[in-house]
Amino acid sequence: MTATQTTAQPHAYAEGEDIIQCIGVHKWYGEFHVLKDINLSVRRGERIVICGPSGSGKSTLIRCLNRLEEHQKGRIVIDGIELTGNLKNIELVRREVGMVFQHFNLFPHLTVLENCTLAPIWVRKKPKAEAEEMAMTYLTRVQIAEQAKKYPGQLSGGQQQRVAIARSLCMNPKIMLFDEPTSALDPEMVKEVLDVMISLAESGMTMLCVTHEMGFAKSVADRVIFMDRGEIVEQNTPDEFFSNPRSDRTRLFLSQILNH
Amino acid sequence: MTGDVHSTMSLPDERPPSSVVGPLAWIRANLFNTWFNGLLTILIVWLLFQMIPPFVSWAFIKAQGFGATPQECRAPGAGACWAFVGEKLRFILFGTYPYAEQWRPLAVIMLVILLLAASCDRRFWRPWFPLVWLVGLAVVGVLMWGGVFGLTYVENSYWGGLPLTIILSVIGLAVAFPVSILLALGRRSDMPAIRALSVAYIELIRGVPLISLLFMASVMFPLFLPTGVSIDKLLRAQIAFIMFAAAYMAEAIRGGLQAIPKGQYEAADGLGLSYWQKMGKIILPQAIAISIPPLVNTFISFFKDTSLVIIIGLYDLLGTAKASLTDPAWRGFYREAYLFIGLIYWAFCFFMSKYSQRLERDLNRSRRR
Repeated sequence: MTATQTTAQPHAYAEGEDIIQCIGVHKWYGEFHVLKDINLSVRRGERIVICGPSGSGKSTLIRCLNRLEEHQKGRIVIDGIELTGNLKNIELVRREVGMVFQHFNLFPHLTVLENCTLAPIWVRKKPKAEAEEMAMTYLTRVQIAEQAKKYPGQLSGGQQQRVAIARSLCMNPKIMLFDEPTSALDPEMVKEVLDVMISLAESGMTMLCVTHEMGFAKSVADRVIFMDRGEIVEQNTPDEFFSNPRSDRTRLFLSQILNH
Repeated sequence: MTGDVHSTMSLPDERPPSSVVGPLAWIRANLFNTWFNGLLTILIVWLLFQMIPPFVSWAFIKAQGFGATPQECRAPGAGACWAFVGEKLRFILFGTYPYAEQWRPLAVIMLVILLLAASCDRRFWRPWFPLVWLVGLAVVGVLMWGGVFGLTYVENSYWGGLPLTIILSVIGLAVAFPVSILLALGRRSDMPAIRALSVAYIELIRGVPLISLLFMASVMFPLFLPTGVSIDKLLRAQIAFIMFAAAYMAEAIRGGLQAIPKGQYEAADGLGLSYWQKMGKIILPQAIAISIPPLVNTFISFFKDTSLVIIIGLYDLLGTAKASLTDPAWRGFYREAYLFIGLIYWAFCFFMSKYSQRLERDLNRSRRR
């Protein structure tokens, strides 16, 4: 991993190659139109922060990217595989896309180590010893290796979220999705999780983060996407986005979250 | 201790006042805390006083020894006639199984109890353990039927008593358990046909009394079979039990499944686990742990419900006890008979209940906050 720590060089990977493509994506919950004509391309190694008011569809959007939610119209192509009703494709995509949830969703009946080795052993068919070795590498990287034998319930929220990140990384994903990873944490634990995410970003991982941590967006993101009422209203580099927002809705949102 | 900050700066610990600790305080707090509870306490003590001494006198003090004759037992003022239980013990335990061969059902009882005891030990929870059970059940079959290894053949219409009760309930629950898991998963499946079938099965079976199911198994089943083909009566009862137990256990497990947060499903999906991996590794281990109390409730009630097979002419423990009362020489000692088999049933059920409490505690230890 250290070899790829080329800080803030978004195009260190094959240029112009889109790992995520959303073309005219729509989604409805019953009658409610949650996603409206989403067009989004993400290059390999790009770090994207998605923000917006609650109910704007940002979580729904990233949950569509690994088919935890189904879109009803348009196309989503992940690393060359289109997400349709085809279960085989869905499983293929999910292997390559790691997801970190707001509420961690660790498996409470398994130890930290077992949480991390389960999918590599059963999905990637790795030998147990190899899976454990890799899990320890990632647990060390999120600085929680000494807790490997504990159960999730014995850890703090910040520790649990770091384990959840390690669990996803153990699948060697090509893309990492973060769905409000720090929103359920006590304030003093937010930093330890953000630090892990920043180091992950520096390693060149393709990341999409739904978050309200604007400091993280400013320092790490290549692009900030602002969503409101199911639409992508504006997307820009963090500098431009924060200093020179183009739409009124963005300005209103930024004034609400930055001046409190 | 002298340099300890706490011992020099904080107030010394004192004993609580005697009005809040000690036996008298306990009695006051638990038995006489309000005038109504005080009244209830007095009433209950009086009732116990009315009931326990006569029972002890009947069951032990005035009881006739195991060598007593029926005449001695019938003497005025005589207590319990344990001689009856002694006399009929082998019939109650083994029914009409040939007298000289009754060591075989005894061995079966001990073997099954041994297997159950081993199953309770989590060190044996290994993938190969079901194989041990299969071998054990094969041995049970050989011992009960015989016909090989020089054992005389005993038709299963001669089986009875405790082995029958144990075989019906252990095999019944062991087969019903995996079936119930499939039913519970089916009931929560996304596939409408599977869901509808599971719901229909569960609701149909739960809506019918076990007795009628047993009657159907014994009377109606044969009508549907071609002439000349007959399924053994015991097997029919066994199938009826499995069908019934599966429906009830499925509902217990469904309760557990519903208690698992959606995030667990999403995390498993997100990691790329297949449906069966997700269920087998993530959802079911948690759901079944939650379902232990209702599952054991079902286990216990089915263990006792095996006594209903008497209505289709099988003699389980209750049946043999009843039959032993029809001996003219020993007629009338029903209290002793029912007390005795009641104790056997209670011992099994109490063990199940205690074990489930321990298992629940063990499984929850890993999830303690």
